[in-house]
Amino acid sequence: MIAALTVALGVTALLLAAWCGWAAYRDQPTKDWHFIGMAVVALLAIVQLVVGIVRLAGGDDPDQGLAIFVAYLIGSALAVPIAAFMSLAERTRWGSATVAAAAVVLAVLEVRLYDIWGGVGG
Amino acid sequence: MAESTESSRSASARPDGTSGPAARRTGLGQGPGRLLVLLYGVFTVAAASRSIYQLIAQYHEAPLAYILSAVSAAVYAFITVSLVRGGEGARRAAMVCCALELIGVLTIGTWTLADPSAFPDQTVWSDYGMGYLFIPIFLPVTGLLWLRRKD
Repeated sequence: MIAALTVALGVTALLLAAWCGWAAYRDQPTKDWHFIGMAVVALLAIVQLVVGIVRLAGGDDPDQGLAIFVAYLIGSALAVPIAAFMSLAERTRWGSATVAAAAVVLAVLEVRLYDIWGGVGG
Repeated sequence: MAESTESSRSASARPDGTSGPAARRTGLGQGPGRLLVLLYGVFTVAAASRSIYQLIAQYHEAPLAYILSAVSAAVYAFITVSLVRGGEGARRAAMVCCALELIGVLTIGTWTLADPSAFPDQTVWSDYGMGYLFIPIFLPVTGLLWLRRKD
């Protein structure tokens, strides 16, 4: 469950990064459709946070430690929403670039989460 | 983030033509600076949480590495705040910190390669930031260019 969600989040985060990166390249700010995309990715990250906490409460133990796992879960849930607010305040191509950067950060966090949980076990 | 709500719907709704950044003097944390704020914010959180965890949980394994991580976290935090605050004083302070950051990355990067035994565990700046996609070495250079441009 964790593994599937992590892969799904990593892929959608990269898609979001490419989409917003394209908008930045074309000198466009983020539009309503981009925010819907961000909402989808943010929702997935929140689902992952909840599933992760439920799994921990159920007695599962991440390979590389509880504190690190929870920190990464919270970080990945916050990354896209924070960037979304920043792109609301920055109505230029740089707002799009900011979201693209945050989405790449999220993808990296997912790779690390995958390792921290213990590879394919989840 | 107070200005965010009124500009939330669409870019073209703004009567004052936001597309021209020259219309209003951009602050340190606006335009491309916004991207820098995000990256510095990410690295502040990454370095700070890493060093806090390691200083508490495993201080004796590699005290030097963990203290250096804490120092780098403080530098990142200061630059993030300076970029958000803006103003001439903050710009100068941030430039000094970016220079410190660059010196730090180069020094620690060389040090970790020259004497790996001093660093049983990684820092953000180990091997010139290789574990962080080399962003730690690009970030201060980009920051210095951005801050210099504001003269």
